Amino acid sequence: MLIENLHLIQDFFSGLKSRHLVALASEMKMPMAAVFEVASFYHHFDLIQDSDTTPKITVRVCEGISCELAGSKKLFSELSQSVQSDIRVIKAPCIGRCEQAPAAVVHQNPVAHASVEKITKLIKNSDSHHLLPDSVKKENLLDNSFCPTDYLEKSLPSLADDGSLTPTVTNYATYLKNGGYNLAVEIERGNLKKDKVIETMEGSGLRGLGGAGFPAGRKWKIVNGYPGPRLMAINLDEGEPGTFKDRTYLERDPHRFLEGMIIAAKVVEIDACYIYLRDEYHGCREILEKEIAKLVASPPCKLPKIELRRGAGAYICGEESAMIESIEGKRGEPRMRPPYIAEIGLFGRPTLEHNYETLYWVRDIVEKGAEWFSSYGKNGRKGIRSFSVSGRVKKPGVKLAPAGITIQELIDEYCDGMADGHEFYGYLPGGASGGILPATMNDIPLDFDTLQPYGCFIGSAAIVVFSKADSAREVAINLMGFFEHESCGQCTPCRVGTEKAKGLMSQRLWDKNALDDLKTVMVDASICGLGQAAPNPIACVQKYFPHEVT
Amino acid sequence: MNAPENFLKNIVGKSVTFKLNGSDAEAFTGETILDVADRHGLEIPRLCYKNGYRSDGNCRSCVVEVKGERVLAPSCCRSVKEGMEVETDSERAKKSQNLVLEMLLSDMPKNGNKWERGDVKLQHGELSAWADKKNVVVRQSFIDHKRPSIETDHSHPAMLVNLSACIQCDRCVRACREEQSNDVIGVSGRGAASKIIFDLDALMGDSSCVACGECVQACPTGALISKSLVGDQTVDKDVKSVCPFCGVGCLLTYKVKDEKIVAVEGRDGPANHNRLCVKGRFGFDYAHHKSRLTKPLIRKDGVKKDPAMVGSTSHWSEIFREATWEEALELAAGSLKRIRDQHGFGSLAGFGSAKGSNEEAYLFQKLVRTGFRNNNVDHCTRLCHASSVAALLEGVGSGAVSNQVSDVSEAGLVIIIGSNPTENHPVAATWMKNAAKNGTKIVLIDPRMTKISDYAWKSLQFKPGSDVSLLNALIHVIIEEDLVDKEFIKSRVNHFEELTKKVKLYTPEMVSESCGVDPQTIREVAKAYATSKGSMILWGMGVSQHIHGTDNARCLIALATITGQIGRPGTGLHPLRGQNNVQGASDAGLIPMMLPNYQKVADPTARHWFEKFWNSPIDEKPGYTVTEIMDKVFAEDDDPHKIRGIYIMGENPAMSDPDLNHARSALANLECLVVQDIFMTETAWLADVVLPASAWPEKSGTVSNTDRMVQMGRKAIECPGDARQDLWIIQQMAKGLGLSWNYEGPDSGVSEVYDEMRHAMKDVIWGITWSRLEKEESVTYPCLDENNPGESVVFTKTFDTSDGRVNLVPTKPTPPNEVPDLDFPFVLITGRQLEHWHTGSMTRRSKVLNAIEPAPTFQMCSNDLQKLNLIPGQMCKLRSRRGSVQATIRQDEATAPGTIFMSFAYREAAANLLTNPAIDPIGKIPEFKYCAVIIEPVEETL
Repeated sequence: MLIENLHLIQDFFSGLKSRHLVALASEMKMPMAAVFEVASFYHHFDLIQDSDTTPKITVRVCEGISCELAGSKKLFSELSQSVQSDIRVIKAPCIGRCEQAPAAVVHQNPVAHASVEKITKLIKNSDSHHLLPDSVKKENLLDNSFCPTDYLEKSLPSLADDGSLTPTVTNYATYLKNGGYNLAVEIERGNLKKDKVIETMEGSGLRGLGGAGFPAGRKWKIVNGYPGPRLMAINLDEGEPGTFKDRTYLERDPHRFLEGMIIAAKVVEIDACYIYLRDEYHGCREILEKEIAKLVASPPCKLPKIELRRGAGAYICGEESAMIESIEGKRGEPRMRPPYIAEIGLFGRPTLEHNYETLYWVRDIVEKGAEWFSSYGKNGRKGIRSFSVSGRVKKPGVKLAPAGITIQELIDEYCDGMADGHEFYGYLPGGASGGILPATMNDIPLDFDTLQPYGCFIGSAAIVVFSKADSAREVAINLMGFFEHESCGQCTPCRVGTEKAKGLMSQRLWDKNALDDLKTVMVDASICGLGQAAPNPIACVQKYFPHEVT
Repeated sequence: MNAPENFLKNIVGKSVTFKLNGSDAEAFTGETILDVADRHGLEIPRLCYKNGYRSDGNCRSCVVEVKGERVLAPSCCRSVKEGMEVETDSERAKKSQNLVLEMLLSDMPKNGNKWERGDVKLQHGELSAWADKKNVVVRQSFIDHKRPSIETDHSHPAMLVNLSACIQCDRCVRACREEQSNDVIGVSGRGAASKIIFDLDALMGDSSCVACGECVQACPTGALISKSLVGDQTVDKDVKSVCPFCGVGCLLTYKVKDEKIVAVEGRDGPANHNRLCVKGRFGFDYAHHKSRLTKPLIRKDGVKKDPAMVGSTSHWSEIFREATWEEALELAAGSLKRIRDQHGFGSLAGFGSAKGSNEEAYLFQKLVRTGFRNNNVDHCTRLCHASSVAALLEGVGSGAVSNQVSDVSEAGLVIIIGSNPTENHPVAATWMKNAAKNGTKIVLIDPRMTKISDYAWKSLQFKPGSDVSLLNALIHVIIEEDLVDKEFIKSRVNHFEELTKKVKLYTPEMVSESCGVDPQTIREVAKAYATSKGSMILWGMGVSQHIHGTDNARCLIALATITGQIGRPGTGLHPLRGQNNVQGASDAGLIPMMLPNYQKVADPTARHWFEKFWNSPIDEKPGYTVTEIMDKVFAEDDDPHKIRGIYIMGENPAMSDPDLNHARSALANLECLVVQDIFMTETAWLADVVLPASAWPEKSGTVSNTDRMVQMGRKAIECPGDARQDLWIIQQMAKGLGLSWNYEGPDSGVSEVYDEMRHAMKDVIWGITWSRLEKEESVTYPCLDENNPGESVVFTKTFDTSDGRVNLVPTKPTPPNEVPDLDFPFVLITGRQLEHWHTGSMTRRSKVLNAIEPAPTFQMCSNDLQKLNLIPGQMCKLRSRRGSVQATIRQDEATAPGTIFMSFAYREAAANLLTNPAIDPIGKIPEFKYCAVIIEPVEETL
């Protein structure tokens, strides 16, 4: 509970002073160093000297790639100059609002399409909390409920109907009324056999939607094969730059995910579920807290223990084993595999780890059947994907498109084309780590396994489009800066490699030999996917945009 | 940092076959690729890997190719599987291995701290060495993007912190947190900004670091390094020996350069497995201190013995003159002989030392018994575990521990009572802390909530002096709730009924108020103790140094035996021995009522055996103890047992005895006092003749630690000036007393002495020959056969009593001899502290140790300070009915309200001026842990 306790102190005192940490260490009977190493690992804990005063408000300006394309650097420097000294303005890695770029957060209140004016107004009004929707505050039955299948082959809305960042949430009562939790109840009653559920899951071809793409049904089987007690860890640490799909669903329809989680828990016979939510999603946290409380207060069936855990600002905690470390209250340093977390995971127990969206589709797949899900698809691929599209397109947002769609089709059919005045130059097919492709390669089906031949991967399906106004080299430097900032620092190739690579990349002409060697050692010898994927931008620029660096 | 720690726990002795660089190779399941590669002589680089530590796999310099895997695998963390195909030196593997070395090296500072054999080019220790071996050349473009440097931290007296030379391998973190469990070092931040920190990123010297130096021993690059050996690590010789401080008995290596010890490293001994504490690692320089005695000294004619002089800081030359060995020995032995011949065999006494070797202790008691012709020989065991030993001999028939400290890892529950192991037995404490982290329940029972309480499942902070009541209540619960081991009691325990009757009264509810422990906790602990898979009791001076010390130990014996928590691994009774050789000195007969191996003086058979063995009559009357001997100095002139002359070897009763004014005046009143020591101790100031002796690294000999391990110490350096090995001096003294001994061979004939002692103690150490010790370094006894490893657990079938059964002795609480009142409202508890050894004669002459703890303090909790309006750092006077001392206040929440803690190591504020000489009637041990005092502020004059 160390991280939870640090949050309590941080929220109350707007920072962590030495005396707080000493007291916490003593209270928790922990070494001071153990408290400090965790506190200093996460961005959202501000370590300050006992003698220093804490800022009145902290403003975080997102420097993610989409926000950078939308002018966040300029916003940051203008804002820094215009606010008073008791307001702290800092840069933040991707906050998951890429379709609203440039985005910022005033304390805990997100700002879409941020400007100095918008931000200063919020500061002036001390408007620093994300508004909770009425539908969550109260437990009233709504006329309409959110249904993702309504958006099949369509764009999901980005803002709320009223233009705010607080969409209406399909609350517990409404979700129940619309057939919610029926499946969970049916499984508990034995009307729906667990084997049958697994069979459907496997048949649907649903793969992990966090990025790794491991077949979900098979994972259930594997974890179920290890002796209990088993645990589940849900990855809601949506941190891959360019990705915002989980948030888009979560702030509208949390129960569909909770039901998926409960179904998985029942089928895999799991005792407790830990939901790890990135700390940047303050609004979502409140929604989940309240809706879980409602669920637990009048459960439709026997529930596993549900714990909502708060991240603290660390991209690496999206890596499954780093997330587990973080849930355990430690630094988010990825574990070495083997052993795999399915066997030895959270608290040393067999652990089923899932991305939010993977569980989000469970209900619809089991209800509608394996065929339904696999009937979608394009260019020889099967299934549906939620693409988070941002960057230089006219209409960014989550696009619920068939797997295998090409970038050109996405831009043309879902985004109303490129933004005005911009000509398509290149794109990131899978967030910061999935590589960079040129506009000329606009006909590759976007799905798992299709991008590997090009040195890329789809990951969480975060597509960032850039134009001839931008430079692939600059994009790559932004990404490497992100990896350098987010590397946990545990292993040499990643810790030293990201730092040296960033330095080498900032030179006008790239030192091919040195960068190639860094690439090799990072890919081959890093502990986790962060270090292994971090050189992808280098390789892609060298390969597809050589004119920019030679 | 974070791989689950025991995922390889299922290692079994099954062998697997796999392919290593194209050839078939065999390995045991669970072995790592690196293990096997090493066996095949393949040189895979490794930096974060350290033998014996948990593999972390973070540096990635040992990565290898495993067929079918997408990326390379760290060979230090990956276990071999059947059919696996591994390439350790394929182009791909070598490329990453070398690149890791190159990347790390490119970030290193220009000047390093650590190289070997004068090779300054390889200045970053293991990193440079591997890079050199693998012909790694660092390219300029990597150096151009070097990380920012970090300022060197010189703040610690013993260690240098140069994080610019750190490769973030975490070996220091594992050393500090997982090995020693001192929990000071961590890693802060992340990515390229991640950095080694102490506490909350404090300077090392300001942090809670206890300077065990494990991190220095672990650091591969010299980023953390001992200040005494920066640069070239190659020395003239490495001498294998054993630590001269506490009873844990850590094996170590003295690194000697130009006839001086320049550093100490931990060695893989059974008690320490490479670990050391601050004293063992950094406290070696006392041997080279300028105030070492280098010439025999004789009191100048007409200079009076003044007890007030003992604290003097003036030079000895005001009182003594230098003499030749011939003259000094002539005077020393001659005077004692004269007294003996004039006043009879009862007129002399000898104090040996638990800091010397077994051979010295053996010869010293032989000298007293056959030269003085009485049994007036004792040593500081009287002041530490005499009561424990008395109770143990009576109860289980043997004074030694039943199980070794390392058994804590096999115990389900460990009671630590009256002991502050993190300071007094630091390396033993590391095993306790390790065990606690692995799930063993630690129960601390002590008036002081010392550091180990952080690791405790339950901490029972009882009121000082109420221990017998509390222990009886634990026994009460066990009997009342029928948690006893009936089978064990039936077959192995005497007097259980008497015990049952006696403890009936002591319900947890009844004792709760007087002890200050709530009844529920007492019940819970009693239950857990009785029912755990194995429960152990470890105790220290807090149990023994009371007038009811023997009763305390009797209660512990009862606890262990009625529950059957003895005689198996992970159970038993372990009085933690204080001095490096207090176990051995007692075994060797350095006690007034026992001949070697606890053969009773009063037992005619035993006595006759030794009379024959030594070819000398032995007095049939047991001798007097340390405190009794001091009293006997003041006996009437016509008392045949009036003590007139004492020979003291290595003891410092003028600091260590209770009520020092009395003890010092006793010493001053002797006709002849001969002191053999390495420094001008407080006792030596009162001597007639002072014989300059050898420090531990200047001699060879064996010592026996708290675990009953006989261990080999070897000479590393020469004695300074005319100082001589103690064994030689004893033999010269014997000669002067008319004894004709003849021990030949190197180091004053030490091996011959040992062999004679082995014959005298043939029932316990027959299987431990000198040559075996030279080879094996450490052997546990009892060991009767040279091919036998020794018994680490005793009492497995029977106890050493006459009928083989344990004798329970019911107890009733005795109040402390002197309780607080209006005039003296506080309780003074004395003890040791981590940095200082006993009376401080060695440690206060060690630069590092004295720099860390330079001055005496009174430790009190903040509540009491507030009540008395005192502030930390304030100069105060502490007064008892017997004396007073001055020191500054230290705030210490471990000390209970109403009590004051003080170390007795400081001559300028000798705590024993205050202590109460009242003694335990059976163990004859003084009540060091309890006397009434008053504290008053001192007006500081400017």
